[in-house]
Amino acid sequence: MIPPPLLLRGARLLDPASGRNEVADLLVAERSIAAIGSALSAPAGARTVDAGGRLLLPALIDSCTFRTDIAAASAGGIATCLLMPDQSPPLDDPALIERAERLGKPRLWVRPLAAATRRLEGRELADLALMQEAGAVGVATGRQAIADSAVMLRLLRYAGGLGLVTVTHPEDPWLAAGAVATEGEMATRLGLSAAPAAAEAIAIARDLRLAALAGAPLHIACVTTAEGVDLVRAAKAAGADVTAATAPPYCLLSDMALAGYRSFARLSPPLRTEADRRAVVAGLADGTIDMLASRHDPRSSDEKRLPFADAAPGDAGAATLLALGLALVHAGALRLERLVEALTLAPARRFGLPGGRLEAGAPADLLLLDPDAPWRIDEDRLPGLAGNTPFDALPVQGRVALLVKGGDILVGEGPGG
Amino acid sequence: MASAATPKRFPHRHLLAIEGLPPEDLLFLLDAAEAFVETGRRPRKRDDRLAGLTQVNAFFEASTRTLLSFEIAGKRLGADVVNLVAAQSSLKKGETLLDTALTLNAMRPDVIVIRHDRSGAVELIARKVDCPVINAGDGRHEHPTQALLDALTIRRRKGRIEGLRVAICGDILHSRVARSNFHLLAALGAEVRAVAPPTLMPAGIAQLGVIPVTAMDEGLAGADVVMMLRLQLERMDGAFIPSTREYFATWGLTEARLAHAAPDVLVLHPGPMNRGVEIASSVADDIQRSAIAEQVEMGVAVRMACLDLLTRDRREAGS
Repeated sequence: MIPPPLLLRGARLLDPASGRNEVADLLVAERSIAAIGSALSAPAGARTVDAGGRLLLPALIDSCTFRTDIAAASAGGIATCLLMPDQSPPLDDPALIERAERLGKPRLWVRPLAAATRRLEGRELADLALMQEAGAVGVATGRQAIADSAVMLRLLRYAGGLGLVTVTHPEDPWLAAGAVATEGEMATRLGLSAAPAAAEAIAIARDLRLAALAGAPLHIACVTTAEGVDLVRAAKAAGADVTAATAPPYCLLSDMALAGYRSFARLSPPLRTEADRRAVVAGLADGTIDMLASRHDPRSSDEKRLPFADAAPGDAGAATLLALGLALVHAGALRLERLVEALTLAPARRFGLPGGRLEAGAPADLLLLDPDAPWRIDEDRLPGLAGNTPFDALPVQGRVALLVKGGDILVGEGPGG
Repeated sequence: MASAATPKRFPHRHLLAIEGLPPEDLLFLLDAAEAFVETGRRPRKRDDRLAGLTQVNAFFEASTRTLLSFEIAGKRLGADVVNLVAAQSSLKKGETLLDTALTLNAMRPDVIVIRHDRSGAVELIARKVDCPVINAGDGRHEHPTQALLDALTIRRRKGRIEGLRVAICGDILHSRVARSNFHLLAALGAEVRAVAPPTLMPAGIAQLGVIPVTAMDEGLAGADVVMMLRLQLERMDGAFIPSTREYFATWGLTEARLAHAAPDVLVLHPGPMNRGVEIASSVADDIQRSAIAEQVEMGVAVRMACLDLLTRDRREAGS
């Protein structure tokens, strides 16, 4: 059933695609954006929302999530997520791709990434063309890099031939084997197995070179080190077809967060040094790092309240993605327009997705935001499957006032809110 | 100065790590241990100050000497000592661990001594129980009573710790003994060297206040104390050194190498020793320079002191 028309009056529209940043009205009809302008009149039966100058953005597109977690995504203003193939079983078959896409409906657009290799074992290519036909929007190596360079080269060539972007995990698997932290003072004090930060640069350098050889598009799933940022920046300057993402913990935390064996700070890739953190923020600010992703990985306390090395890596990041991104904006480290681009247009463009822009004819995936509304992150009350956040008790700003997906109001005033 | 009528206390609930303890607390522990050395040398060694208290030794990793040492220490103080030895393989023990902690806690012990093969595991358990916890070694992190017994041995032989040159040699990467000793000896004013091949030297070691040295003879030069570490082959899942033969040839402590150290050098080893791998038998058995047997004796005294001090509050509350 098609929802009634929706008129948002007096919102500040921020749209990186058009460069629009002005107060206007926006009309939704037939699940799409019907018109943008001033003093639009409400059609018969329309619901009208007075936006009162609040920010109206395209609904967020989360370019990396490990679990389909609708409640967490909706709370975070996310209407679309790219799902990593590390599911149980791994997404290495067209039927599994179709199923993964269905599991989000109707509240979340799940755009699956095909497993690059069968069972994600890094050896034989999976049926990439069939999965593309079934709805995969890209192909990913999953939580680990492909160790065998010959397999990686074949993958890039084959996926590139299909027009699919290859998403790679940037950690040299040999160096990273068994490591739960980054080599350095903190890991030494805590007595944790550690890998050198260069494990990232080594993986990125190899994959950039292989992608150039294959003439194929490459997306680096998570850049976390200064050296990694430099490599991506240099490759882009040389004209390489490469994009990159990072996640809020790498912009806001360093490995100091591991003190006291806080297993909620056990992430993959592991947290780095303060100098790396600053370089990642700078890379995000100047567009070297295109996207900010949640890397949402909810874990039960049974999987987290363990000795550090035994705890599952990952954090629940979907519900806090926008607020933590805004923390960088409020701190003056990032322009709001750049943040919004990293959360909407950049992934839409790279993976050929609808949405991510405010223009007539685009899907009505919208986010009305109170950018200054304060709240406190609370691991016990985080929406979604689990509350394993390294940001517990952090005061943040920015609340979702209204989330619209395909014209349906998911959060805020109206049914489902 | 505190008067004799108001004895100073050890102002911590648990003993989980040396890192973070100020010098006065470390000296207080050493002084307390000193008093128990004499207790252990009497024909009748019982001192019943812990009578009626239950001490649980929960060892999740194999141990012979540390477990024995804690057991003897507890028994000499009159505690009811129970050993739980549950050495497990390294994977998938997490939930069981906290469940075990809660089970132990429900039996209302008065002190728990824990060893575990994961760094941080003892602290994790300590947060879940209502009684004092003593860390008897957690992964590669810390082994505080070992560092205390090493310091007590050194102090008794050398009369001081401040200003001594101490070379800690060998497999530093995998050693919790080394980490606890770095913190303790540096806090008490020794010049501490970490002497190891580059593959067994952890990153960022200089920030711990020790001097890294990657050549054995250079590391030993003028040393007042040489502490050899056991090569932990069981913790290595890769090629850190080519062979034990080559390791002994380049890093083993022999008479010839020891000639680089001070003439009155003191040799320590936490045990169990790999003779002919990190230390030559002639050095280990040299009663003039080796204090390896004495370390074991000091271990009991240190553990008696820790058990005594950490249970003092509840003994007073219960009396």
